[in-house]
Amino acid sequence: MLDLTFDTPTPKTIAGAKYDWELVIGMEVHAQVASKAKLFSGASTKFGAEPNSNVAFVDAAMPGMLPVINEFCVEQAVRTGLGLKAEIHLKSAFDRKNYFYPDLPQGYQISQLYHPIVGEGEVIVDMEPGIARRVRIERIHIEQDAGKSIHDMDPNMSFVDLNRTGVALMEIVSCPDIRGPEEAAAYIAKIRQILRYLGTCDGNMQNGNLRADVNVSICRAGQYEKYMETQDFSHLGTRCEIKNMNSMRFIQQAIDVEARRQIAIVEAGGEVHQETRLYDPDKGETRSMRSKEEAHDYRYFPCPDLLPLEIEQEWVDDIAKTLPELPDEKKARFVGDYGLSEYDASVLTAEVISADFFEKVASTAGDGKLAANWVINELFGRLKKEDHSIEDSPVSPAQLAGIIKLIKSDTISGKIAKDLFEIVYTEGGDPDAIVEARGMKQVTDTGAIEAAVDEIIAANPAQVEKAKANPKLAGWFVGQVMKATGGKANPKAVNQIVAQKLKD
Amino acid sequence: MADLNNMKIAEARDALRKGDVTSLELTESCLSAIEGAGALNAFVHNTPDLAREQAKAADTRIKAGDAPDMCGIPLGIKDLFCTKGVPSQAASNILKGFKPEYESKITSQLFDAGSVMLGKLNMDEFAMGSSNETSAYGNAVNPWRRGNDETALTPGGSSGGSASAVAADLCLAATGTDTGGSIRQPAAFTGITGIKPTYGRCSRWGVVAFASSLDQAGPMTKDVRDAAIMLEAMCGHDPMDSTSADLAVPNFEAMLTGDIKGKTIGIPREYHMDGIPEEIESLWAEGRKMLQDAGAKIVDISLPHTKYALPAYYVIAPAEASSNLARYDGVRYGHRATLDAGDGITEMYEKTRAEGFGHEVQRRVMIGTYVLSAGFYDAYYNRARKVRTLIKKDFEDVFAQGVDAILTPATPTSAFGLGEMKDADPVQMYLNDVFTVTVNLAGLPGIAIPAGLDKKGLPLGLQLIGRPWEEGDLLNTAYALEQAAGFVAKPAKWW
Repeated sequence: MLDLTFDTPTPKTIAGAKYDWELVIGMEVHAQVASKAKLFSGASTKFGAEPNSNVAFVDAAMPGMLPVINEFCVEQAVRTGLGLKAEIHLKSAFDRKNYFYPDLPQGYQISQLYHPIVGEGEVIVDMEPGIARRVRIERIHIEQDAGKSIHDMDPNMSFVDLNRTGVALMEIVSCPDIRGPEEAAAYIAKIRQILRYLGTCDGNMQNGNLRADVNVSICRAGQYEKYMETQDFSHLGTRCEIKNMNSMRFIQQAIDVEARRQIAIVEAGGEVHQETRLYDPDKGETRSMRSKEEAHDYRYFPCPDLLPLEIEQEWVDDIAKTLPELPDEKKARFVGDYGLSEYDASVLTAEVISADFFEKVASTAGDGKLAANWVINELFGRLKKEDHSIEDSPVSPAQLAGIIKLIKSDTISGKIAKDLFEIVYTEGGDPDAIVEARGMKQVTDTGAIEAAVDEIIAANPAQVEKAKANPKLAGWFVGQVMKATGGKANPKAVNQIVAQKLKD
Repeated sequence: MADLNNMKIAEARDALRKGDVTSLELTESCLSAIEGAGALNAFVHNTPDLAREQAKAADTRIKAGDAPDMCGIPLGIKDLFCTKGVPSQAASNILKGFKPEYESKITSQLFDAGSVMLGKLNMDEFAMGSSNETSAYGNAVNPWRRGNDETALTPGGSSGGSASAVAADLCLAATGTDTGGSIRQPAAFTGITGIKPTYGRCSRWGVVAFASSLDQAGPMTKDVRDAAIMLEAMCGHDPMDSTSADLAVPNFEAMLTGDIKGKTIGIPREYHMDGIPEEIESLWAEGRKMLQDAGAKIVDISLPHTKYALPAYYVIAPAEASSNLARYDGVRYGHRATLDAGDGITEMYEKTRAEGFGHEVQRRVMIGTYVLSAGFYDAYYNRARKVRTLIKKDFEDVFAQGVDAILTPATPTSAFGLGEMKDADPVQMYLNDVFTVTVNLAGLPGIAIPAGLDKKGLPLGLQLIGRPWEEGDLLNTAYALEQAAGFVAKPAKWW
């Protein structure tokens, strides 16, 4: 397999009043596990159900109710770990994280603090062709999601919806290897892409199925390298955690705003305090949620209702065998096998469905580069214009391949091909049949072209004289011939014949 | 037929099969006994209609033949078990009015076997206590008295209502639960038999949790045979309880041969504790003699970490309890405090929990919260877990040396007077569990059987501790001891 080589991007720097500052970012991504049932109960995870309708007794923390692990969620976490090239822990354990909140019925969240199911892994975060950041994954653990508190339905009351309570989450914790707002967004995008490839999370950020806590600190040039050498965090600045972000745009804004806040504090001789903050997109600022002193004491301890989770290497191996080709490999293969540019390969592999579409077109048409051009420029362009996604493409891979084949066989010209595409897109039908029925075939009969050229030359003696003096004006004759043949003349042949006749 | 309520399970089973008696007759007899025993405050919610309905169904089933042993047997159910549509409030005000929509696994199994529920039994609030005095219903009373002294005595705790009801023949048997001695101590105080099986034998599903890694249900009965019969009906793997063991349940009653020849019984030297009354020591010595006479080999053994068991228990159990009881927050069910204008969610939690929980529960929630908090976790909780591992190893070591069972006193005293410990340091009360907590920490089966009376005429119990999963063997040793001890005394009826 071909591995694409890449260079490391330059870290983002922000100029303060006194110095230039670098950013150091670590992320905790909470990804809802794609599973029909919750982590410890059989209740459904369906989004948008009537409030409090997907709630089992254990989700509502009724007295005496006990959690039972959903094996499929464990499988999904293992699959995710394998997809992030991480170490799978055959023995992990669940802990209780204790705090009071109305949407947390048990009064604790079952999570994995001490022994997570997945250990160290890595993600290659693509910035632009040939430039990527290698971000280390520290761990992935599985835990329960909380419910939803609704405070704006009544002036005096708050409401609680427990539908989301107990839904399985994977918390993917990165090392502080992300070096700027753009990288942070690209990191999330890459994690999202991999999870969608794996089928372990639908990546829907709007519904909150993928959200992130972002840890931001600042440092002077050179400090980060010292940290990387020693893994000693004291080389880095104090971090603040921005909670619960579910938009790429806001993540970038929040990081920038927070870094600037920290720079101002440090340059004024102050100290950044470790705390949890919230980003307010309306005001464009981060606000303290709770300081270290007010921080919850979660009183983690091993959950006595659950035995340690033990899985077999054989089971992990079986899951590994079912892993799909992942984005990095697919992209490298597209570059290697089809001769695509890395950029085109990136665009096509963004989603499995577009990659699959492309591969069908390429294999049927027998031309990867042309297939990539048509998929990216014509098809994606056209779909975007109507705000359609590839799933609802009215043009099938077979139809698009048919169009490309007609170009390759010189049956139609590139220009006519675009007209044909439009017909197929709007009306449907078999490209061959359409070309046949509507007489769109390219005229390659040199006799017919010669006749047309002769006619134009005869009708425009003045132009002929000018063109003889200046061969660049031959283009005018080509245009006239194309017009006269309704665009069907083979442009290559027309060029040759016009050049020949003008010489005579 | 009079006094059917005095019957034991085995007797009743046989009589039901012969047609000498019906379950409905047994049930009616118990219901009137309960009606006449208000002074004991053992039953706190009566379910006569349900009982009669279940009894009739049991009679039909018995007539049809092939009914299980427990079919038609009227039982009392500890209030810690969630029983569908029947108040289940763990003797706490915070669960006032709570009627579960579900049936605990154990009561389901008993009802499926045809058993009859007479009602719910008193207990210490959330099973936290050794005297039944922490109950929101007011304490249950021991049917035993010190001779003619009318002082009301504790039936022990936390399964005090169960013990009182069985000892006073208000039911044929009862369910109990045991986190640190809550079956065995009240059994000893009331002259009945109580077994806590190996952790994982009985499903915890639907039993209100106190300390999840220690809680186990078990039967409280009038003798060892009944314990064997009822335990078999309560045991079994439950996929809804992840800590439940997937093991076959043997026919325990069939294992009661009384033959213990060649068995090795260990006497742990660390259980000779300062301040234990002479009477208890001599009862223990008698028990040792009885087992020896029955053909067992008696050996002195050492369980070196015994003295750390009680402190470790009083770290681990409150830690788990502080988390298990967090769900009682007034949001979804049970008691919610009336709030003042302007009160928010914090006030709702504080007032609800202050009103709903009694003092002992509050104390343990506070202790548990403290030992789990940042900075103290390693010093308390983690250290207690290490101690627990050492205690478990103590037992493993002696079992590996060939010991089949361990004989100890069940309690350091006989039943004390209600209110007598009121002003004592709470640790004094915790000392009641000194012989029993090690068994919970190690997850072992332990049984208390009555073995004699003290000078005041109160029953005293002995405890036998067995190898994990070998309840059958343990019951047989207890059966041999029971036969030798020949304890038949009953409390004189005063209620």
